[in-house]
Amino acid sequence: MIEVKNVDKSFDGNKVLKNVSAVFETGKTNMIIGQSGSGKTVLMKSIIGLHRIDNGRIEYDGRNLPDMRMSDIRILRREVGMLFQGSALFDSLSVMENVMYPLEMFSPSTKEEMVERARFCLKQVNLEEKAFGLAPSEISGGMQKRVAIARAIALQPKYLFCDEPNSGLDPKTSLIIDQLIHEITHLFGITTIINSHDMNSVMEIGENIIFIENGEKAWQGNNKDIFHVHNEALNNFVFASELFKQVKSVNQ
Amino acid sequence: MSLLNDTGMYVLLMKRVLVQPDRWRMFFRQFPKELEKLGLQSLPIVIIISVFIGAIMTIQTKLNSSNPLLPTYTTGLVTRDTLLLEFSSTIMCLILAGKVGSNIASEIGTMRITEQIDALEIMGVNSANYLILPKIVAFVVMIPFLVIFSMALGLVGGYFVSLFTDVISTADYLTGIQYAFVPYYVFYSVVKSLVFAFVITSVASYYGYYARGGALDVGKASTNAVVNGSILVLFFNLLITSLMLG
Repeated sequence: MIEVKNVDKSFDGNKVLKNVSAVFETGKTNMIIGQSGSGKTVLMKSIIGLHRIDNGRIEYDGRNLPDMRMSDIRILRREVGMLFQGSALFDSLSVMENVMYPLEMFSPSTKEEMVERARFCLKQVNLEEKAFGLAPSEISGGMQKRVAIARAIALQPKYLFCDEPNSGLDPKTSLIIDQLIHEITHLFGITTIINSHDMNSVMEIGENIIFIENGEKAWQGNNKDIFHVHNEALNNFVFASELFKQVKSVNQ
Repeated sequence: MSLLNDTGMYVLLMKRVLVQPDRWRMFFRQFPKELEKLGLQSLPIVIIISVFIGAIMTIQTKLNSSNPLLPTYTTGLVTRDTLLLEFSSTIMCLILAGKVGSNIASEIGTMRITEQIDALEIMGVNSANYLILPKIVAFVVMIPFLVIFSMALGLVGGYFVSLFTDVISTADYLTGIQYAFVPYYVFYSVVKSLVFAFVITSVASYYGYYARGGALDVGKASTNAVVNGSILVLFFNLLITSLMLG
């Protein structure tokens, strides 16, 4: 479980996060949603430790990240997997080598065990074996996302972060990626935090949703409640598309 | 203010770079790749430039030393000492600052803007050490060979002039390049090149590592790496020359 308590963060005097508190539960797909510029990416980067917060606590199962030394943060990060918006696969390595990389860096396993683990992770994300030897530039965006997920889970992380996992993907591939993240979260009991503004994803896998508006937590709930909340900012966000407006009218 | 800030950030980066690698196995996997990329792939430019500059230097020295009081071997001697003292270390490193510096800055800069460096950090890897140390060590290891190779090829270029033109006789040229040889000049040149190699790779890595934005910014980082790397090479050239020959 990751607990964020009274977090403030500003850049050059401009307060981007204002007293944000939230609980991200283990074994659930926790989502941070909000409009562009609302502060959701800053919140996620602060939780990971890529941004140093001004005030507050970020507790990884009781371990407060801002109090940790860099060497301890590095150790904690070995329990963290991350799926980046642009996949962030290493260009110079093949698909297989990308997944092997964290294992070679930190796992005490033998080479054969590492290869076996990498193959298992790639199979887990339904990647065809013929793609294992290809370079990231030779596979599609959807496949790159799958490889990135495989790499993120290679070291059996306790915490998984996904930054806009569906950006640049078609609706069908987006759905596959969402289901994959959801499956992996439940299968391995991971604390997953997804940063998204894709309402399809929210409805599909949003088990614990935090809505950020102007740097503040404006609402917390799940995908069953989100249609019935009387919060203007949230409603403007949720019902921005014609499709969801129609869904709302049908429901009414 | 910006200079102070850059210097401070450079020192902090080097503090992260110059530590023991997380995994020596990964370091030794990267190291030969960097030797090949930064060292062996620089050979063509070193060969071409050294041969041509050696030849041109021989012709120009001969044309500018037509005084009958000067011994006939002067051209060979001046060509050799210029190659040994300045060309094969300083000028060659300035040329390599362009090739190697832009290569490093654009590679690391692209990794930065595509979040590959963030991915390494999230994994708990010391990204600065993992990415930069093999490059510095590889280029520092390769540079003495490149410099000595350049010296030899420069002399070969001059030899070609004596062989295929009437500018200077082969006998005079060969006498000149062997006359009053000071081995210390080679040592001085190699020491200088080691410092230059460190400066070129570390400065380029610094600009690449802190690149922000998009492709345009990677281009800027690459330009800054070459310009500032070259200025620092010239500065250290002056400093080392004062210390070792002054």
